[in-house]
Amino acid sequence: MTHPDFLWADPSPKRGYDVVVIGAGGHGLATAYYLARNHGITNVAVLERGWLAGGNMARNTTIIRSNYLWDASAAIYEHSLKLWEGLSEELDYDILFSQRGVLNLAHSLPDVREGVRRVNANRLNGVDAEWLTPAEVKKLVPIINTSQELRYPVLGATFQPRAGIAKHDYVAWAFARAAHRLGVHLIQNCEVTGFLRDGDRVTGVETSRGTIEAARVALCAAGHTSVLAASLGFRLPLASHPLQALVSELLEQVLDTVVMSNAIHVYVSQAHKGELVMGAGVDAYNGYGQRGSFHVIESQMAAAVELFPIFARAHVLRTWAGIVDVSPDASPVLGLTPVEDVFVNCGWGTGGFKATPGAGWVYADTIAHGRPHPLAAPFALDRFTTGALVDEHGAAAVAH
Amino acid sequence: MLSVPCPWCGPRDETEFRYGGQAHVAYPDDPATLSDAEWAEYLFMHDNPKGWFAERWFHTAGCRRWFDVVRHTVTYAFEAPR
Ligand SMILES: Cc1cc2nc3c(=O)[nH]c(=O)nc-3n(C[C@H](O)[C@H](O)[C@H](O)COP(=O)(O)OP(=O)(O)OC[C@H]3O[C@@H](n4cnc5c(N)ncnc54)[C@H](O)[C@@H]3O)c2cc1C
Ligand SMILES: [Zn+2]
Repeated sequence: MTHPDFLWADPSPKRGYDVVVIGAGGHGLATAYYLARNHGITNVAVLERGWLAGGNMARNTTIIRSNYLWDASAAIYEHSLKLWEGLSEELDYDILFSQRGVLNLAHSLPDVREGVRRVNANRLNGVDAEWLTPAEVKKLVPIINTSQELRYPVLGATFQPRAGIAKHDYVAWAFARAAHRLGVHLIQNCEVTGFLRDGDRVTGVETSRGTIEAARVALCAAGHTSVLAASLGFRLPLASHPLQALVSELLEQVLDTVVMSNAIHVYVSQAHKGELVMGAGVDAYNGYGQRGSFHVIESQMAAAVELFPIFARAHVLRTWAGIVDVSPDASPVLGLTPVEDVFVNCGWGTGGFKATPGAGWVYADTIAHGRPHPLAAPFALDRFTTGALVDEHGAAAVAH
Repeated sequence: MLSVPCPWCGPRDETEFRYGGQAHVAYPDDPATLSDAEWAEYLFMHDNPKGWFAERWFHTAGCRRWFDVVRHTVTYAFEAPR
């Protein structure tokens, strides 16, 4: 048997590039791809300290949706969802994008009010959204327990039919191959350890593979962005937390949509192969250790078993964690920085996988033109000074 | 699960505590005179180091007191209490 063809090359770094992107997760790869595809900027390197897409991109639970409350969020996430809808074709790679719908359950009157309000806000923004009664939830998800005797009964749910999941590895590989074909250098085992400066400007990066000059530098380091910002001399409103997830053994198909519950803290989908994929909220403490505490797993399992009694017999195969960059308003930070020619894309926290194509598109445009793309403008760093926060805790608190 | 060293109760399970984030973020002396940028620093721009971190915990299910500890954010080890 011969090895399948490599999807991208493994070049040594050149002396310099027009744009150096730090971090080859989904966002870094998509940014590089759209820099080349939309803006003709192909002299680009993506530098990755580990292996390509070995960070959160390999660890997330792949929920894709755009049913956020505020206009600014709906706009950027819906832009992303529209790109997802054409992405397999665009990248000529089947990323297993499955629009199986996402439910966000309500378990209390405040949940119901928040959900109905969000459905209405979504519709005004052209985002597909429906409010489902418990009976309608049961019809869509026959294995769910809608007994009103539960401590946290299902009182209804928001439903976004166009939402769904995709295969995260394929998404990364598809962007990597497409970027590589357009001339982008993907450089692994290359950790950025410092920056070259000329007065206020940054002119390159110091790496574990030597010095690399750069006309522009784009941070795409998710949970490690604060570390890079600190070495550039500015602060970001981020806390890095472990975020855990788990999968069961392979099972018969029992769930063909995605169910999320903010209130009792669990969400679940069933992957294409058959494993149940579950997650919940972050571990409370700051952490860069890519592991979390077991009680977090235990409590999400308890919630899952309450909602789906048949899961009681399933076995956990594996648990793991990524490091997510949580911002105070559960919204990203996307745009310019206090340092000239350095751009930032971070703060996606527990929910940035869904934004992969959208963030890459908008960030590439921001970098190419040296000003915020209109969809990025509300997510500028200065919102923490002006007070114009984009408070998505309602739609994003757990989740993803 | 972390074993959190409460200075009054000794090491206890993490589930007995609430996390309080960065320690030593002093309330502004004269809040009325703060600029927007200074408010942003105070409210939002906290340290997020990869390494040793001085942080606060609240022993919710124990003595119900706040305390500071130094913990490593990669190994999660606590510095021995002094
Ligand atoms: C358990 C879990 C479940 C999740 N579930 C969902 C979900 O269902 N839906 C959703 O939308 N989102 C989800 N997320 C969030 C999502 O994974 C992230 O928001 C998103 O992946 C972040 O963008 P990224 O892919 O570019 O990050 P990453 O893949 O983490 O990429 C950042 C890269 O930067 C590299 N890097 C860091 N520092 C340096 C340096 N100094 N030099 C060079 N390289 C560096 C890292 O090695 C890493 O590869 C989840 C996250 C986790 C951990
Ligand atoms: Zn105590």
